[in-house]
Amino acid sequence: MQTALFIEQVLNGLQLGVMLFLMAAGLTLIFGVMGLINLAHGSLYMVGAFACATVAAATGSFWLGLAASLAAAAAAGAIIEILVIRRLYERDHLDQVLATFALILIFSEGTRWLFGSFPLYLDIPPLLRGTVPIPGGSRYQLYRLAIIGVGIAVAVGLFLLISKTRLGMRIRAGESDREMIGALGVDIRTLYTVVFALGAGLAGLAGALVGALQSVQVGMGEPVLILAFVVIVIGGIGSIKGALVGALLVGLVDTMGRFLLPQLFSLLMTPSQAGLVGGALASMLIYIVMAAILAVRPQGLFAARG
Amino acid sequence: MKKLIAASLVALSLGVSGLASAEPIKVGMITTLSGGGAGLGIDVRDGFMLALKKAGNSEIEVVIEDDGQKPELAVQIADKMIQSDQVDILTGIIWSNLAMAVVPSAVAQGKFYLSPNAGPSALAGAQCHENYFNVAWQNDNLHEAMGQYANQDYKKTFIMAPNYPAGTDALTGFKRFYKGELAGEIYTQIGQTDYAAEIAQIRASGADSVFFFLPGGMGIAFMKQYAQSDVGIPIMGPGFSLSQDILAAVGDAALGVKNSSQWSKDIDNEANKAFVAAFQAEYGRLPSLYASQGYDTANLILSAAAKASVKDTDAFRAALKKADFESVRGDFEFGNNNHPIQTIYVREVIKENGGLTNKIIGTAFEKHQDAYAADCAMK
Repeated sequence: MQTALFIEQVLNGLQLGVMLFLMAAGLTLIFGVMGLINLAHGSLYMVGAFACATVAAATGSFWLGLAASLAAAAAAGAIIEILVIRRLYERDHLDQVLATFALILIFSEGTRWLFGSFPLYLDIPPLLRGTVPIPGGSRYQLYRLAIIGVGIAVAVGLFLLISKTRLGMRIRAGESDREMIGALGVDIRTLYTVVFALGAGLAGLAGALVGALQSVQVGMGEPVLILAFVVIVIGGIGSIKGALVGALLVGLVDTMGRFLLPQLFSLLMTPSQAGLVGGALASMLIYIVMAAILAVRPQGLFAARG
Repeated sequence: MKKLIAASLVALSLGVSGLASAEPIKVGMITTLSGGGAGLGIDVRDGFMLALKKAGNSEIEVVIEDDGQKPELAVQIADKMIQSDQVDILTGIIWSNLAMAVVPSAVAQGKFYLSPNAGPSALAGAQCHENYFNVAWQNDNLHEAMGQYANQDYKKTFIMAPNYPAGTDALTGFKRFYKGELAGEIYTQIGQTDYAAEIAQIRASGADSVFFFLPGGMGIAFMKQYAQSDVGIPIMGPGFSLSQDILAAVGDAALGVKNSSQWSKDIDNEANKAFVAAFQAEYGRLPSLYASQGYDTANLILSAAAKASVKDTDAFRAALKKADFESVRGDFEFGNNNHPIQTIYVREVIKENGGLTNKIIGTAFEKHQDAYAADCAMK
């Protein structure tokens, strides 16, 4: 092997991590600025994927679909913020969880009503089809490399947005003291809508990017949402840097666990048993890592607020 | 979300023959109608309801609920259906882990369970039960057929399935008939949607073929990613991995892939032709093997209801066991453990009228019975 296989698996881990970052960034931003737990974030991911698949099927262009996914998810985010979420900021987390859980059901049934229960087709664009050679002599899928690129670009973009722009300054101010910046005359309602739409747009983008790899179907967002929550809990709730580190950590641990644990167990037992035991343990691994990190640092790796 | 559906609209005429039982039958259908596995449950439900509609039978009432592919939910629904809805027959479960959670307790309470899909090995062998009938297959069957077929062309196969009862049954079944060497054996998570890590291992394994069992959305994700990764090793699977419900979403990546099934759209018998035409007319899409299983399950119930009252448990059970109905798959009979003895075909994915579908290219087994029947105490 095994260098080639190892490098390929590291890239796979990075790609999964970057994907989770796109989800987790929005989730943690929304929690950090507004103190809101948004379970419907996975639905926005699904909205992005459906918008991309629909527009790509109608126009034949994946790129238009990608633009549509950002626009549709951001618009859906802005609409639910204005109609529903805005009423929840003053409520406690249980009310927020209940209301956003209701949004999941509404989005899922609405999508099923519009598109049916059978998965939609979405393929990767011709430009990014195929594979490229990687060190070690193997080949790696170009599209997955492109996803890693998009993730890095979004991470850099978010860093610049938050540290260098006026909007970023307001977001940081909102995180540390939301009453005060309201009192200073910043239009806090618009700020919240913008932040929510930004997070929603990132989730939609992630949905569209992944939709081309996986299947575009109702309920596709919930498994990713669970992983995204693991990421922000590990990274420290509210911290973009924590989301990035947490996402890469979860992506790498999950991928390497699935790859290495069965091999490790095969030293001790038959391949078939090793596959079963290793596979079962690999699926628990990220939660074990999360528990270990929380035992040492209960607030997560980079907690934004106490 | 509870749907109470009166099973049929109007009895077509008073002259409908064979309706010996005036006793109404209440059927509880627990199936997966949401999430990544929804396509399977919807096809089973639609096939089942189509059969009742075609028969024009108003004596059968069906209560349908969505289990969301969650065992704990399926158990709650089963309890509710048995205790408050007072159903006579339960059916509908797609996933073997859910079947294992529901079936043993339901049949122990004296209810009939007719499986339109899951056939875990445990329920075919030592834990077989006189009130449990499997109308689809024992889990191993389709995989056994592919293991047999793989011997023709391949010497070193990489095999892969999700880590749940049907997944372990799948790989056990494949290995039972496959004589070549295994390049690797992987169990993935159920519901997994990213297979990059597995594909990398396949690429590095030196295999000459890949056998994968991934039903529903899992199969779509794997097939797309596999095709996009330019691995180039031929793949094959059971019919579940390449069934009609997922072919459109997989796209041309599925073309030419061989798979095994007890049913196919092009099986040449009158019952099947009528089924395929009626399904297309009713729902505007082609049926999958799951739909055919739902349809056969309903027809089995109708055939038994024509002979005996469901309240007369022994007579009704004997009527079920006779399997006196026109199965869309052709010949069908129950073995001693109430699992089918049937022909299993090998199919290939082809393009037809602009869409993808399956076509039979050979027969893997005739009158095939599962490997666990001998462990079952029933005669």
